[in-house]
Amino acid sequence: MAPRSLTRMSGHLVLGIPILWIILFMLIPYTGLLTYSFWIKKYPLFEPAFQFGNYLTLIEDPQYIRVLLRTLKIAALTSLASLLLAYPFAYFLVFRLYNHTWRTVLFLGVIAPLWVSYLLRAYVWKTILGTEGILNSFLINTGMIAEPLSFLLYSQSAMVVTLTYIFIPFMVMPIYTALEKIPHNLTEASADLGMGAWATFFRVTFPLSLPGVVAGFTMTFCLSFGDFIAPFLVGGPDGQMVANVIASQFGAALNWPLGSALAVVMLFIVLTIISLGDWVEQKGKVEA
Amino acid sequence: MRATHSKTALRVKRLAADSAFMTFVCLLMAFLYIPIWVLIIFSFNDSRSLTWPLSGFTTHWYETLFANEALLAALGNSVYVAFCSTVLTLVVGIPAALALHKYSFPGKTIFRRLLLLPIALPGIVTGISMLNAFRLFGFHLSLETVILGHATALLAVVVTQIFARLQRVPKSLSEASSDLGAGAFQTFIYVTLPNIKTAIIGAGTLSFVLSFDEIPVTFFLTGRDNTLPMYIYSTMRRGVTPEINAIGSLIVLMSLILIIASAVITLRDTTARRK
Repeated sequence: MAPRSLTRMSGHLVLGIPILWIILFMLIPYTGLLTYSFWIKKYPLFEPAFQFGNYLTLIEDPQYIRVLLRTLKIAALTSLASLLLAYPFAYFLVFRLYNHTWRTVLFLGVIAPLWVSYLLRAYVWKTILGTEGILNSFLINTGMIAEPLSFLLYSQSAMVVTLTYIFIPFMVMPIYTALEKIPHNLTEASADLGMGAWATFFRVTFPLSLPGVVAGFTMTFCLSFGDFIAPFLVGGPDGQMVANVIASQFGAALNWPLGSALAVVMLFIVLTIISLGDWVEQKGKVEA
Repeated sequence: MRATHSKTALRVKRLAADSAFMTFVCLLMAFLYIPIWVLIIFSFNDSRSLTWPLSGFTTHWYETLFANEALLAALGNSVYVAFCSTVLTLVVGIPAALALHKYSFPGKTIFRRLLLLPIALPGIVTGISMLNAFRLFGFHLSLETVILGHATALLAVVVTQIFARLQRVPKSLSEASSDLGAGAFQTFIYVTLPNIKTAIIGAGTLSFVLSFDEIPVTFFLTGRDNTLPMYIYSTMRRGVTPEINAIGSLIVLMSLILIIASAVITLRDTTARRK
């Protein structure tokens, strides 16, 4: 009797604990976020209300649209740059490198930076790219340039470089996994049937690795889309991203309702991108 | 004759492609690791400004760290937060992974979606959602609210890692266990748990590291107490200094030790499995 009731109790706990947690710390907070987004800012704080004024502000005031578009652009460029670096790397590891030790070492070599503080990885680019930074002083010292290059820091390219540096492991992991799953005899069969290396790649390998590419792209896009450390450190005054604007509404601007509305928009965009990624992946599976 | 000729041509082509790939890999590794070396090298440079050329060797920046009480307090807070949130995520995450693996129940898809959402969800959304909720219910912000926030944000990481391991444990093991009369609880303790032990250690270490480094959630949920990254972040507002490089290098060292430790555990585990 005792073991059976213990079993039943453990069964309840296994489901109960996570469900309780999800309700308390995810569903209720998301509802709270939504609730606040309808409130009104009124001196000195804000008042409960149900109105769409905050959302209207986001649409009507061009600065919010501008920040949103800039953030989308930077997230897209970051994901693209990560893809262009991660794919050849993963491909080389899986299809060209036959030494298992080297393969493991190189794979871990790309993943390991994830364990090193993300704040510091963004910070170090600020020290490298600054007007009086390490790269500029190095170039002047070696006589390659006479004047410091001011465009290095506080530019969108600085943000793309920094964000790519930070999030590239999230692109490598799923692509590597996807490539590793492709049976080698498929590419061999394609070569036996007279396909060149490029044709094999574009008609066999790449389509089969697409789920990994989509997963990596989704991940990198969402993470860089919501980042607010890199823009704070290397973005400069014109490099604000959505997360910075949200943070300032909760800080100096003290307009939680507007900040919440913007966060709801961000949540919505991220959910759309995740569902889009899932949809593309599912579609690929059916066709394959 | 022609056959051998085209074979050498093929080999040359392959060699060219491989060397192109290898150059690319070297450049990528340089991109990933030169900045980390830059961070470390400048922590030993005896100039206040971070510029080339290096002017001389010093350990002064490290000495100032150990005299900085605000920094040491922040470090203590971070260890407390990371430890508690790791324990919490494991307490919630292990059952969640088991539920995903073993049971089918109505709403499982939504359950999984919600559980895994924070992996791709920007930390800032988690942070302010919880801030709003705490505020609505009149909670005061403190290190404990930060712990709840971290545990929520990291839950997805723990669940994916443990779930992935559970999938690789042969079903026959737990079936054999229940055939031999063990209840679900006993089976979990004596059969499942030993098999996922290293995954739990790995997930725990990872969530400790991530919590130790977390900013977006902490930014919104902390009260008067600072964690280490929040302290560094507020120092960075005042510009770049070699002290930050010194803290950074120590954090890199700690990460390195953890990476090696977890690599050793994983390797030992895979070799044990092969036997």
